[in-house]
Amino acid sequence: MFFDSFAEFLAMGKHGFYVWLCYGITALVIIANILAPIRQRKKLIEQQARLLRREKKNASEA
Amino acid sequence: MSLVIATIKRDLIIAARNPGEWLNPLMFFLMVLALFPLAVDPDPKFLAKIAAGVVWVAALLATLLSLDALFKADVEDGTLEQWLASGESLYAMALGKVFVHWCISGLPLTLVAPLLALMMNLPDDAYGALFFSLLLGTPILSLLGAVGAALTAGVRSGGLLLSLVILPLYIPILIFGASAVYHAGIEMEYAGQLGFLASFLCISMTLTPFAVAGALKLNLSR
Amino acid sequence: MWEALKRLYHRMGSPKWFYEISAAWLPWFAIPAALCLIVGTVWGLAFAPADYQQGNSFRIIYIHVPAAILAQGAYAMMAIAGGIFLIWRMKMAAWVAAAIAPIGASFCFLALITGAIWGKPTWGTWWVWDARLTSMLLLLFLYFGVMALQKAMDTEDNSAKAGAILSLVGLVNIPIIKYSVEWWNTLHQPATLKLTEESTMAMEMLIPLLIMIVGFYLLFATLIFMRTRNHVLWHERKKNWVKKLIQAQAEK
Repeated sequence: MFFDSFAEFLAMGKHGFYVWLCYGITALVIIANILAPIRQRKKLIEQQARLLRREKKNASEA
Repeated sequence: MSLVIATIKRDLIIAARNPGEWLNPLMFFLMVLALFPLAVDPDPKFLAKIAAGVVWVAALLATLLSLDALFKADVEDGTLEQWLASGESLYAMALGKVFVHWCISGLPLTLVAPLLALMMNLPDDAYGALFFSLLLGTPILSLLGAVGAALTAGVRSGGLLLSLVILPLYIPILIFGASAVYHAGIEMEYAGQLGFLASFLCISMTLTPFAVAGALKLNLSR
Repeated sequence: MWEALKRLYHRMGSPKWFYEISAAWLPWFAIPAALCLIVGTVWGLAFAPADYQQGNSFRIIYIHVPAAILAQGAYAMMAIAGGIFLIWRMKMAAWVAAAIAPIGASFCFLALITGAIWGKPTWGTWWVWDARLTSMLLLLFLYFGVMALQKAMDTEDNSAKAGAILSLVGLVNIPIIKYSVEWWNTLHQPATLKLTEESTMAMEMLIPLLIMIVGFYLLFATLIFMRTRNHVLWHERKKNWVKKLIQAQAEK
């Protein structure tokens, strides 16, 4: 470990605010980029499933 | 009245679904700001001197660009004629449209401008003045802009004509808005400039909807 | 060897093949990506020595440099995919290009904002108009132009074509833009301010950086797979294999 204690690790030699701000923003951006396609996929599948069910219903009633 | 509220709600929802409507002017704002250091001098001391004016000019141009679409869609699909036929107050309708336009152009600009002013090295004391001058000034830009948009609605390549019509009217707002920010930056009094903006906002809020309504009726009777 | 590559290239043009094989490939990219990112971050934050001049703020390099490399690489990949679509009309290429745009733009934004935040303790201001940051800002403008143009088109085919044309024009322009920004920079700043002195980086600092770069690339590939798979599902939704898949998924 480069740092002697966890407190020093957090403080980053008085640059802690900048370092952690950067890593925090990065974490948010990466997480958002992972969640977006997952949510999009779920929405797509639900939407298409509903459409297919309705088509089947219409076909069976016709 | 309910028609006005319904129109406001509909337009806001459409804007929420098309993020480009409010994102594009913001990116334009950022790009115009970037042009000045690239074209002249990125020296922070120089930028600090011109920051107030440049931010205001960029905000003004970004607002101008977004005005073209204010009435275009409604003229083209006949919604405007329906308003006239409905007998509802065009005055209230105009105020509603201007409010939505400000929500998607002036308000984002006002909120984002202090962040972008960082890039222009605006003096620390000027940020409050920047925010308030834009808060007061951008609604005036939307109100006056609506007059221009109503006058040029349905005219071919009305966008350029709109700019020519509106820019002279915008100049007093630019002068007082930029002056407020600049004087705040050099630690001088700037309340007078903000006061002018506030009174001009009151006047334009009361009077411009008449002009907008008249201009819309004019364009529809063609 | 060439035959195998040619076959792979042609197979990639088949959405169904891509969808099925990407399901198998995905964990081989996602898990190493996570490992590289975690190892690189921990190493860079906790174990690498601090920079002699910049102190601990230099640790931002472990995000800034990989993000910048990827932002530029992604734009090139997006333009090339767009070109493949324009020349050979391969639908998959258009979908890959559309998938790259938001990811590349995110990394570009990340490079910009970490660069700005890094600048504060290093140069005392939140933003400096130096050559690197300005070029990155212009790259963000290019990304935004492509995304805004694609959204504005009314048909998907037009959207893909317009985006491809614009990103190709942008790709040719990038060296020109970089050169002119660097030239502009020499006019105003005789001493180039560098955020990093890469050539003089010690091994203990360099290795976590390389790990992070690899991790970012793997993450990028994972995200591309995920987004392109969604494009495949959407565009091929009328095909039977997609319908069967959707029904199987919905029953879960």
